[in-house]
Amino acid sequence: MIDFGYTFNPSSRINLDNFDRVKFNKLVEIEPDVKTCMACGSCCASCSAGKYTPTSLRSAILALQNGLPEKALDFLKGCMLCGKCTMICPRGINTRHLIISITKIYSAK
Amino acid sequence: MIYEGKKKIWSEYQKEIPDDHYFYVRSCIRQTFFPASEWAFLDICRNKLNKDMFETEHHTTCGGIAYHSDVIPQETSMTIIARQFALMHKYGYQNYVCSCITSFGLYCETLESWREFPELQEKIADNLMKTCGLELAKPKFLVHTCDLIYKYRNLIAAQAKFKLVNKNTGKPLRVVEHIGCHYSKMFPSKGVGGAEYPYVLTGMIEAWGGEIIDYPERRHCCGFGFRQYFIQSNRGYSLSNTYKKFESMEPYKPDMIITNCPGCSYFMDRWQYVIAETKGKTYGEDKHGVPVFTYEEVAGLVMGYDPWDLGLQIHQIGPEQVLDKIGIPYDPAKKYLGKNGKDMGKPDFVECIK
Amino acid sequence: MNNNVLIIGGGPAGLEAASRLQWFGYNTILIEKTDRLGGHLAEWDHLFPTGKPAKEVLNDLLQNITRVKCFLGTNVNSINILDKSYNVILSNGITVLADAVLIASGFDLFKAEKKEEYGYGIYDSVITNADLEKYYKTKNDSRIHNPKKIGFVHCVGSRDEKVGNLACSKVCCATAVKQACEIKQEFPEAEVYCFYMDLRMFGRYYEDLYLKAQKQYDIRFIRGRVSEVSENQDKTLQIKAEDTLSSRPIKITLDLLILMAGIRPAEAGERIGNMLQLSKEDDGFFTTKDTVFSMQKSNIQGLFFAGACTGPKTIPDTLHEARSAALEINEYLVKNFTCNK
Repeated sequence: MIDFGYTFNPSSRINLDNFDRVKFNKLVEIEPDVKTCMACGSCCASCSAGKYTPTSLRSAILALQNGLPEKALDFLKGCMLCGKCTMICPRGINTRHLIISITKIYSAK
Repeated sequence: MIYEGKKKIWSEYQKEIPDDHYFYVRSCIRQTFFPASEWAFLDICRNKLNKDMFETEHHTTCGGIAYHSDVIPQETSMTIIARQFALMHKYGYQNYVCSCITSFGLYCETLESWREFPELQEKIADNLMKTCGLELAKPKFLVHTCDLIYKYRNLIAAQAKFKLVNKNTGKPLRVVEHIGCHYSKMFPSKGVGGAEYPYVLTGMIEAWGGEIIDYPERRHCCGFGFRQYFIQSNRGYSLSNTYKKFESMEPYKPDMIITNCPGCSYFMDRWQYVIAETKGKTYGEDKHGVPVFTYEEVAGLVMGYDPWDLGLQIHQIGPEQVLDKIGIPYDPAKKYLGKNGKDMGKPDFVECIK
Repeated sequence: MNNNVLIIGGGPAGLEAASRLQWFGYNTILIEKTDRLGGHLAEWDHLFPTGKPAKEVLNDLLQNITRVKCFLGTNVNSINILDKSYNVILSNGITVLADAVLIASGFDLFKAEKKEEYGYGIYDSVITNADLEKYYKTKNDSRIHNPKKIGFVHCVGSRDEKVGNLACSKVCCATAVKQACEIKQEFPEAEVYCFYMDLRMFGRYYEDLYLKAQKQYDIRFIRGRVSEVSENQDKTLQIKAEDTLSSRPIKITLDLLILMAGIRPAEAGERIGNMLQLSKEDDGFFTTKDTVFSMQKSNIQGLFFAGACTGPKTIPDTLHEARSAALEINEYLVKNFTCNK
């Protein structure tokens, strides 16, 4: 094998054809309000953990919709379930329950 | 695909290309990559089509590579270009034709900058007078050699001995066309056919009997671009761009690729070897690659020039499969012999791609 | 003596103004360049946000114009200002001496072929919002056959310096969400995506429509422009866009793409404007007397505007403007013509 000194760059493009709708529908079954997120960012703005870690519910939901579940779980790792996001969400999503549901469904092997 | 829709767009991007009397300037890298392409262009235009293509030994490179790699500032390259234009004027020509796509982009950019910033033009005129003692001139028409071959395509087709048709099946050859970024993406109005569906190579292929393939990544850059690949560790970026194009054109099973930019021809040809060596993947039948040609080489082939006179032995991907398909006769034994049959040695052969 | 009022344009603005002017008792003449009344309203199926059938609104508009003289298939050949009145020669040979003229020439949709990268007119599966609305009415379009993945592109021809229109066309976002819900009802198994820059859901019940689209119809809204549309070998479309919320490029294969073409001033209206040397703003629509208080008046005495000729409008807005224009015309005619005093 010749070593050219360089190799292929991985693509950073999101391919929505790879979106796993089956798993997402399982999430929707237990928390249907996830569909109404409008990515306003109120949850992240008020997040206690978000000030010191890359915790972000908005980014987690987006990552799930883009077919990147591991990234979504990364975004929720630092969550302390303090509930400030639930207090503020303008769409009335029960965000604590959503976070727990995402972790439950997507951590399952 | 609704062809009429494309034709409508093409009709909106017409470019005025004069018929004759051109001042021709060579390209620095094309001489090295494709040595016979420029010879073929001049031979076709002067001897077969009886056009006036003038070139002077006093002209230089446009400085494009140096400019795009930040080695010289814009002012220097503009002064170099001003000198080229002044030479054109000195020899009594108004039509300027350049051979390299990057040159073409740079010339267009210079003329546009001078038009928009007259004080810059003054400054360059001043520089030119101080350094060379020449007066600034501007060409009336600036075209690229592919524009000229496009304009002469029907004349070439009339004199053509071969068509781009597979002689065994009778079907037109499936040709992928690739346009250099600096041709139409920078100034869509200066390219034949505009930026989204350029017509310059499509027109040539259609006139010579081939069939153009439209695949999703047709407008994607090949990844050349100077700065990206000068440093070895950055070349992965260039490689990945070409890889993406090949992956996208694979299902269409192209017979050959035609490009109008020297960098693009070079990369699309050579990277097939790297892809074959690292991933073990080739895009032609039976471990062959897809041969890449410049438009002059294709023009020369249909007009009946000997393939080895056109410099096709320098290509990484051997052109033999396309020559066999068209039915162009060639002597495999003469492939690596120089002028007058001189033995120049053979390159190392690789296993992974033919 | 009864004043003549000429209304140029037989769309919702012209029709509503005509019925009010008829009620005031004026001699109202309405001209329309096509051979039917209703303008674009006659091409729509159901209106946002509540889904009211366009046919019902059109029928209401056609009720009270029995004493209005309507000339269909008629254009203005020339129009000149004489003292206080307008001398108008129509293409059917009739000359009208109008004491007041109402321009209700409306809008044209942006020609989506101009956005070459979207491939309208080149790829089989790319259609516009107008094409889709026609499909809803007739259920007949050879380009639509059981699509499984559908995309809507907002802002085609609007907010775009490259096509010469920096303005927002106001109504396309609400239209897109409405059409997305309707196409999901038509093809319940389909996945629907909307590519937007900003979602303009400004009116009453529009936010509810947005919520319904997300919750009930599973529509995914992706914030980012579509850069390029290409065709695969099996005629499906490859869409390249940007997901600005995650700062990454995005790619998806779709069966059908709908372009939301924007609102541009009508060519017929521009012709009339040139004849009268009416001034236009940078966005191409007519200049009104001011931008807050007198938007139905022009800078020329006796010339009034209503509807989309002064900018993109929803249908309720158009009807309000038409009624307001009729009021303004009535006040103008009473004050300026002695036979009315």
